[in-house]
Amino acid sequence: MSKYVIKRILFLIPTVIGVTLIIYFVMNLTPGNPARAILGTGVPQADIDAYNHAIGYDLPFLQKFVNYLVNMFFHGDFGISYVTKQPVFQEIWPRYIVTMKLAFTGMIVSTIIGIPLGICAAVKQYSVTDTVSSLISFLLAAVPTFVLGLVLLFVFSLKLGWLPSYGITDWTGYIMPVLAISIPIAAQNFRFTKSSMLDAIHQDYVRTARAKGATEKVVIWKHVLKNALLPVITQIGMNLGLLLCGAVVAEQLFSVQGIGSLIVSRITLKDEPVIIAGTILISICFTIVMLMVDIIYAFIDPRIRAKYTKKRG
Amino acid sequence: MFKKKNSKMTLEGNAYQGQGKIKEIWRRLKKNRGAMIGLLMLCIMGVVLLIVPLFVSYESAVTQDFSQMLAKPTKEHIFGNDGYGRDIFARIIYGGRTSVGIALLATFFSCIVGSVLGAIAGYFGNAVDNIIMRALDIFMSVPDILFTMAVVYALGASFTNLIVALTLAYFTNYVRLVRSEVLTLSEQDYVEASRAGGANSMRIILSHIIPNSIGVIIVNTTMNVAKIILYESTLSFLGLGMPSPQPEWGQMLSESREFMRNAPHLMIFPALAIVITACSINLLGDGLRDSLDPHLKS
Repeated sequence: MSKYVIKRILFLIPTVIGVTLIIYFVMNLTPGNPARAILGTGVPQADIDAYNHAIGYDLPFLQKFVNYLVNMFFHGDFGISYVTKQPVFQEIWPRYIVTMKLAFTGMIVSTIIGIPLGICAAVKQYSVTDTVSSLISFLLAAVPTFVLGLVLLFVFSLKLGWLPSYGITDWTGYIMPVLAISIPIAAQNFRFTKSSMLDAIHQDYVRTARAKGATEKVVIWKHVLKNALLPVITQIGMNLGLLLCGAVVAEQLFSVQGIGSLIVSRITLKDEPVIIAGTILISICFTIVMLMVDIIYAFIDPRIRAKYTKKRG
Repeated sequence: MFKKKNSKMTLEGNAYQGQGKIKEIWRRLKKNRGAMIGLLMLCIMGVVLLIVPLFVSYESAVTQDFSQMLAKPTKEHIFGNDGYGRDIFARIIYGGRTSVGIALLATFFSCIVGSVLGAIAGYFGNAVDNIIMRALDIFMSVPDILFTMAVVYALGASFTNLIVALTLAYFTNYVRLVRSEVLTLSEQDYVEASRAGGANSMRIILSHIIPNSIGVIIVNTTMNVAKIILYESTLSFLGLGMPSPQPEWGQMLSESREFMRNAPHLMIFPALAIVITACSINLLGDGLRDSLDPHLKS
């Protein structure tokens, strides 16, 4: 088992390098000129060239990429923003925390709403709870985060005036962004849990359990849930990608000072270092969460555990 | 059920079987009320998007008329006018053409690219599979939205580039789907039997793998069109869609924000357009899934 964990953790290194390479490559498709962006337009060409040379911008792509990696990992240096002329990391970090808070709160909320409802709906199929929540989750699958956010904004801050319409000053500011990103994911969790539960309920081992006289409670808790919730765990991890997507939209919509709104606003200003660094940091977080999910999964799924014990012996 | 095909069956036999299968699916689909409503809505929408531009000119979607600013719906402008006095109905129609066009093309390309890669990975296995899947793992570690934003930033926003960006974001689904389909199917007895009977790879792929995996791919493709429409509208909401004067649903909603208090109709119509389109596609997709695999419904 420890072999599996170590293997997975070691695979993190090529993944992070690969992710950085993809983003760095895509962002370098358009020729930029950092010196002109940082020094301004009224500077002689010789100075521009000298500056680009000093920061190594005129090097070949791969060399530039290796330098970027080294600076990033060993010095925490992501370059200098073209807009604020400040080190990128200092600018990004506080906003990164805000986005992560938003995304992880969203993850918790969507899990708490979606999964228990999904279990209920599957256990009591065709009941009122099932019908109503299935219908709502079906409708929500067709509502993008920004439409939901606009509706929330319209109802809770314009019509009712209960919640602030922009920014996060206290905890009330979190309510609408978190709801806007977690409700669609909760609906998805609901559907996924329900179908996974229904799958498990119709398996032979459940029939066997019933046949040998196990009570309904034991059947559901011991046999169905244990098997049905395994794929759900992976799903919760995968959701983070969608939650981050939602966070970008919600930050823009509710004027939250997060990394998503930073990247979006810097795209129009062509502030490459900030966009690259922000994208890489978020991707690394996503990668680590996926890794943790894989490891947790391996610990609770006896099939994977068995596979690795067999391989070793 | 359908999967139990005789390996000795001739090609004509398979073709017949294929036809019967499609008929069978259609018969079951017809019984599904939701799917039929979805299909009907989509047909109506398709006709409207194709026919209306013959009567409503593109100019009315982009010409600004400040005397009509934020006008409420009237007989002449049935959905009213937006903050620049442009006709909302025309903007929704032309925006829909762009969004749906982009979504269909991006789905098509991501299906082709992803299916080919997935089939290669699944069929050849071993090293090829490993390389493709590891590369895919790395590729999928970048959250979709950020990757699409980076691509749109690098290439610039235009019809073609949006399709490229969305294809790159969505082909990964197909790689995994088709790979796992190919892996399960090639382990089936009938494939082994036909291999033992001397059929070559091409024959196996054409007469066993493709006919048996096409159903899952179709269901996924249907669902993907809805997802891409939502995703594309999100991009245009963030200001990364088509360049400005061109209408798009997401961008219309983004513009409606400042007039939310006085002119909610600016928000309602594009929002309805998005939700109804995605809903209809999902209805059809759900119906298709149920009629392809009646087991799931039990």
